[in-house]
Amino acid sequence: VKTRARSWGRTWFVAILVAIPTWAQSTATSTTYAIQGGKIFTLAGAPIEKGTVIIRDGKIAAVGANVAVPSDAQMIDATGLQVYPGLFDPVTQIGLSEVSAVSATQDISELGDYNPELVAATAVNPASAHIAVTRADGITEVIAAPGTAGFDSQAGGIIAGQASAFHLAGWTMEEMQIKRSVAMVVNWPSIQTRAFDFSTFRVKQKPYSDVKKEYDKNVNQLSDWLDRARHYAQAKEKGSPALFERDLKLEALVPVVEGKLPVLVVADEERDIRNAEEFCSKQNLKMILAGGAEAWKVKELLKDKKIPVILGPTERLPEEEDTPYDKPMTQPSELFAAGIPFAFSSFGTAFSRRLPQYAGSAVAYGLPHDEALKAVTLNAAQIFGLADQLGTIEPGKLGNIIVTNGDPLEIQTQVRYLFIKGQLTSMDNRHRELYEQYRKRPKEAEQVAH
Amino acid sequence: MKRARLGIAILLTAAAPIATRAQNPDTIFIQNATVLTVTHGNIEHGSILIRDGKIAAVGADLKAQEGVTVIDASGQFVMPGIIDCHSHIAIDGGVNEGAPAVSSMANIKDVLNPDDIDIYRDLAGGVTAANILHGSANPIGGQTIVIKLRWGKPASALPFEGALPGIKFALGENPKHSNFTVPPGVAARYPATRLGVEEVIRQAFTEAREYRKQWDDYNQRKAAGEQNLIPPRRNEQLEPLVEVLDGKRYVHVHCYRADEILMLMRVANEFGFKVRTWQHVLEGYKIADELAAYGAGASTFSDWWAYKMEAYDAIPYNAALMTERGVVVSVNSDDAQEARQLNQEAAKSMKYGGLSANDALKLITLNPAIQLGLDNRAGSIDVGKDADLAIYNHDPLSVYAVVQKTLIDGQVYFDRERDIAQRAELAKEKQALLDKEKKASEEKKPEKKPEQKNRPPKSDIADGGAARGAL
Repeated sequence: VKTRARSWGRTWFVAILVAIPTWAQSTATSTTYAIQGGKIFTLAGAPIEKGTVIIRDGKIAAVGANVAVPSDAQMIDATGLQVYPGLFDPVTQIGLSEVSAVSATQDISELGDYNPELVAATAVNPASAHIAVTRADGITEVIAAPGTAGFDSQAGGIIAGQASAFHLAGWTMEEMQIKRSVAMVVNWPSIQTRAFDFSTFRVKQKPYSDVKKEYDKNVNQLSDWLDRARHYAQAKEKGSPALFERDLKLEALVPVVEGKLPVLVVADEERDIRNAEEFCSKQNLKMILAGGAEAWKVKELLKDKKIPVILGPTERLPEEEDTPYDKPMTQPSELFAAGIPFAFSSFGTAFSRRLPQYAGSAVAYGLPHDEALKAVTLNAAQIFGLADQLGTIEPGKLGNIIVTNGDPLEIQTQVRYLFIKGQLTSMDNRHRELYEQYRKRPKEAEQVAH
Repeated sequence: MKRARLGIAILLTAAAPIATRAQNPDTIFIQNATVLTVTHGNIEHGSILIRDGKIAAVGADLKAQEGVTVIDASGQFVMPGIIDCHSHIAIDGGVNEGAPAVSSMANIKDVLNPDDIDIYRDLAGGVTAANILHGSANPIGGQTIVIKLRWGKPASALPFEGALPGIKFALGENPKHSNFTVPPGVAARYPATRLGVEEVIRQAFTEAREYRKQWDDYNQRKAAGEQNLIPPRRNEQLEPLVEVLDGKRYVHVHCYRADEILMLMRVANEFGFKVRTWQHVLEGYKIADELAAYGAGASTFSDWWAYKMEAYDAIPYNAALMTERGVVVSVNSDDAQEARQLNQEAAKSMKYGGLSANDALKLITLNPAIQLGLDNRAGSIDVGKDADLAIYNHDPLSVYAVVQKTLIDGQVYFDRERDIAQRAELAKEKQALLDKEKKASEEKKPEKKPEQKNRPPKSDIADGGAARGAL
């Protein structure tokens, strides 16, 4: 059906409420769309003024200044608007956490220190209110990482499980999933002499020698797990099938020791990053650094070893009292200048929608704008091996696209149209619903008696 | 720990020249700026004349007189200093006296820490004043104080002169310890329900009334000339509540759910006191008309939600919707980092709910000033007000805006250029101190002291459910 796009443009909010009651207009019959007239930031070349993007069968079919529009295409008038790849938040707990303080709604952190067989996708709740809230601000895909719970917090053991990449739309994980396993989450055992204890609400101090002993024990155990996984892989390949006993934990570690599955190593301090890198190098693991608050202190190392970084929020306090006050915001530009690939991430759930704000703040402190855009789209896709599907507006890639009324990193910018898996997707969500509901509350409130 | 202390020492030295140099009651002239007055529009190529720490003139046609200190702000934006209506910076030790359900005897004023580095960091985010609150562990919490972020000055110079002191109340999950694991061997503290929270407040004010009556009787009899009177025993827990009843102390109420807000309105009306600000007030949008009719201010977050059950109905449209219905609204930080980006958080109310740019600015300037009873002193760029100003390189409602200078009482307390220029020297100084210490420790071989890390989270949204139980 050819919808004349002008009327859409004027009444976009109402139209979406009415026309797209669910997450997508349809999934059974895939619609062809032509997004026309907007400035297209493909992130794979110079922006195209007044260009056209054709989406067909869930994928980008064509993009350019002079593209033939198929006769069956639904027209989306993007005149005066801007078109970008959807934003990608690569470390979150979306779907695994609904209300942080309510343990019944938490599926982030399993008991035990070594859980390589756990996969985030297993328990992502497609009905979570966070999904629709987050996508309304232009985030079209995320990775949920078990064992992470906010920046600077290691919640779920040492090997916490496998992170999963998925679209922020779909009725089931089957529809949402991009890749079930994109990385093994390893919370690097940090040497911490002071730790905040939530049960007593006090800072607990431990002597360095005790902490170091504990650290050595953990690293030896981690090493032992990887050795056993190697032996397991050998036994599976060369041993007698009759004598072979399956071990699900070791089996899950095999792609890690074979270098096929990267390890997402959560570490922030210089010492921890150095230790983790040394360990991964020795073990031949493919390391992605997550957090990296003090990555600026180890730039040479990260560059030499080609270790990409998933950066925690730029809007956070510096690590030390005498660290420059703006270090978390200037660090991305330093990493860029040093040639280290990085992506921004929220490391959260409710704050996932702050992803563009984190990138924008880095621009304010020196990161080139186009690099910041890549660091919320393409870079994460590249780091996790998904760049053949996501991250730019190029033919053949998935139709995850946002149409905005301005710079997507700017606070006031609104997303006008949202495409996920090539489907025009509703931006309605819990917050808009509550807003509309209470905005309509009659004015004649019965006041509290004086 | 040692590293951390070193840091403070260095930064103090760094701040000193700024403070001393500016101590002369110089006349300062800021020129060529876009002046966001908040009360009377934006002035392009505008100037501000500052004399004796006050704004002496504002306009487009001013000329710098000879001998004045000129700050050229070409291409830059000057706005009133940000007022953070909910902060826990500059507090020494914990923010909660959580043992009793009524901890009104505890006073934040007694534990102000002028060396807290977060004062400097927030100053660098354009914040000039902050409402320093006790935590939310109790239905009636400790006494609170408004400060100016006069980094480098002693604790005695921090309080905002003339600001009425306050007291923190708290409703809902935090005072009833919903998200808090009681350590083994410690008895759970009453209350554990919203019913009990109301009862604690009612009981406390019943006692406060009785206490006030005892003193009134005593003072009357004394005034009548009666001899050999024994005064009532002083009660430091009830005295701040008497001040509340007498309108001499503001009540700042931590609250989330609409029903508990209405509950406190009823209690306050019954006992004859007035709530000054509703803090957090995440469900304020549900009862915006009641809030407007009651007349107290609402101080909320921009977009925090889902960190606990009572925050699950929080919406980023809260500030805009309440404003639309006539409530005086501010956006606060509750967190030393969030305070550094309050300009961005205010801008979100333009995106969510369509506030105008000027109304968005009010959320962090004039409105918190009104809420704290300080709008005759701060919150806008008007003649006669304190010269508390933030200078940005871009429109402060943009994510790309960076604070260049922050002035309090007409003195430059933060200067980005100076901060950057001093870094190399500070790093050198630090290295020298570290080397010296290393040398000394090699000679003496003392036991290693642990470093300061993982400071306790100060905010309501800090990591981990239990933490939320207490701020």
